[in-house]
Amino acid sequence: MERSVAYENDLNFKATELRLGLPGTTDEEPAVSSVRNSKRPLQEDIEDEKCVANGNSESQNEPTAPPSKAQIVGWPPVQSYRKNNSQAKKIEFEFVSGIYVKVSMDGAPYLRKIDLKVYKGYTELLQALENMFKFTIGEYYERQGYKGSDYAPTYQDKDGDWMLVGDVPWKMFTTSCKRLRIMKGSEARGLGCCGA
Amino acid sequence: MMNYFPDEVLEHVFDSIASHKDRNSVSLVCKSWYRIERYSRRRVFIGNCYSISPERLIARFPGLKSLTLKGKPHFADFNLVPYDWGGFVYPWIKALAESGIGLEELRLKRMVVSDESLELLSKSFANFKSLVLVSCEGFSADGLAAVAANCRFLRELDLQENEVDDHRGHWLSCFPESCTSLVSLNFACLKGEVNLGALERLVSRSPNLKSLRLNRLVPLDTLQKLLMRAPQLVDLGIGSYVHDPSSEASNKLKHAIQRCKSIVSLSGFLEVAPRCMSAIYPICGNLTTLNLSYAPGLHGNKLTKLIQHCRKLQRLWILDRIGDKGLGVVASTCKELQELRVFPSDPFGAGNDAVTEEGLVLVSAGCPKLNSLLYFCQQMTNAALITVARNCPNFIRFRLCILDPVKPDPVTNQPLDEGFGAIVQSCKRLKRLSLSGLLTDQVFLYIGMYAEQLEMLSIAFAADSDKGMLYVLNGCKKLRKLEIRDCPFGNSALLEDVGKYETMRSLWMSSCEVTLGGCKTVAEKMPSLNVEIINESDQTEFNLDEGQKVDKMYLYRTLVGHRKDAPESVWIL
Repeated sequence: MERSVAYENDLNFKATELRLGLPGTTDEEPAVSSVRNSKRPLQEDIEDEKCVANGNSESQNEPTAPPSKAQIVGWPPVQSYRKNNSQAKKIEFEFVSGIYVKVSMDGAPYLRKIDLKVYKGYTELLQALENMFKFTIGEYYERQGYKGSDYAPTYQDKDGDWMLVGDVPWKMFTTSCKRLRIMKGSEARGLGCCGA
Repeated sequence: MMNYFPDEVLEHVFDSIASHKDRNSVSLVCKSWYRIERYSRRRVFIGNCYSISPERLIARFPGLKSLTLKGKPHFADFNLVPYDWGGFVYPWIKALAESGIGLEELRLKRMVVSDESLELLSKSFANFKSLVLVSCEGFSADGLAAVAANCRFLRELDLQENEVDDHRGHWLSCFPESCTSLVSLNFACLKGEVNLGALERLVSRSPNLKSLRLNRLVPLDTLQKLLMRAPQLVDLGIGSYVHDPSSEASNKLKHAIQRCKSIVSLSGFLEVAPRCMSAIYPICGNLTTLNLSYAPGLHGNKLTKLIQHCRKLQRLWILDRIGDKGLGVVASTCKELQELRVFPSDPFGAGNDAVTEEGLVLVSAGCPKLNSLLYFCQQMTNAALITVARNCPNFIRFRLCILDPVKPDPVTNQPLDEGFGAIVQSCKRLKRLSLSGLLTDQVFLYIGMYAEQLEMLSIAFAADSDKGMLYVLNGCKKLRKLEIRDCPFGNSALLEDVGKYETMRSLWMSSCEVTLGGCKTVAEKMPSLNVEIINESDQTEFNLDEGQKVDKMYLYRTLVGHRKDAPESVWIL
């Protein structure tokens, strides 16, 4: 057969090489890393690296594959603000199951229940507790705990220990918190003073 | 004959002429009309801030009250322009402040706005009422604090899609107690917390508040309180919308929302729990504008159910997660639809949720009033475009973006020339067009022949030769903005009719075949144009070889010559 494809004789890197630009052009520039004119290079770097990895699988059949869309700077033409602010969240905000925990307050006649999934962080949670039980919590300090009020929010973790709310990252907290207790008075102050 | 009318009468007549184009025409009639028009002009629109200087603006229109300025070229949105390219508003504000002009309104798009400019602005114009910043950058919450604190009669603070450095949220507390004039407050793009108590108090003392758009960090109970205090709202942007539908908080919210019978525009849902959307249903029947394009959490049944309640919708911005089926629901529900924008939820993804030509065809069949489209899709066919063109001859804006930029019609494997050709032939009022997919010179022949009203054209990865560009330049008499990337257009297209560029606002060409020599020729022949070469490679000097291809060229007409604020990466020929 006359039509033997080049790659039978040599590896023909050129034909399978991923390049920026339409087939037929001989643009020597590397695919992605050339232009760094975004104010937020970090975001682009992450996305681009992810995409170069994906892009490798795209140009299979045709030796003159069109440029993978993932490699082209500024394509698709989505405003960078929009790109930075509407990542398709893999963690969906679906209410498939909430994280309901009991909340007790020293001196209150009955307990309440709240869904930790509803809150985005400690600020919101504490505000909600303040509203629910009509009290103020005070400010959180890493060393001293909560200053400025008679109350301290605590929680019982998976090991059964009572911990001060606010020390660990939020996500870690929501997954390890079993119940909440708002401690009052001397017990609360004591929690803050003890050394590690 | 004009002498019969005293100036005051002419002025009164001119007052009723609002459009910039018409006022510009009026000023050209004769010397006395020019004079009367310029003293009575209150609103000026400058589409390219480098086409004129602030000094000349002030000299001509001493009665100026409202100024709109645009800075960076459109492709800056897609990171094709260096961040320090230009578009600084400070010199404008400084000149206006020193001139004694009673500026009341400033609207900026794609400009660099420093905190210093905002502070100067806030202190220089006693009657300042309205600040609208779209896709701007360079300022922080400190600048906003100055505006809040000093603009005693502020009516509008509208921040759309700006990159703002805002770690400290105190700016909202800077609105004095005496500030009760707010009509519009939009801070959806801010990432920092705001003082919620200050926000509640501000809304409480703003009886004229019609438009309120919150950011992601305004929690639900605050939203509920704000709605209770502002049931007169017409436009609402919800930041975070996550709650347990069975909770008391959710009930209170539902009640608050129902009281807002005037809301016709809804946006945001920056964080959303789809199960909660039923609380919104009571107001959906009134909605004319709905923007869910920042709500990737909303899709599937919950999304379509929401849309089924929105029978009066005229404008819909949505993510492609809606899918073709979802667009079918839009088609059967939203008979008043005029504008549709479908954005990609995952621009680089495999496209599991996405739309195709089917969705577009459904919408075109169901929504005969459709006149404005922005559509990111996986694929498009000629047959579909021809059907769309037949169903909707009223398009004014038609922007199609196929995610794979050179994809042909997947059914016939043909370029999309015929499909786009049908669009331009059918839509006689088309002003703006963006093309994508596999395209040859032929589509440009059609555009040149039929797109008589076309003002803005965006081209990427298209055409076979210079002929494509020439068809457009020769045919589209009303063309104002032409932006081209990655097309094989070279010097002979660029140089064919350099006079044409003086009739346009600007031309952008990147990754094409034009050379330094070609650009230099344009600059030499047309002193009324600024020809900018943007070169972002690490070379410290520009390669002076005339035959060198130019990476990015941006040329625009100007009355004031070369600008003095260009960075290292920009060379003005």
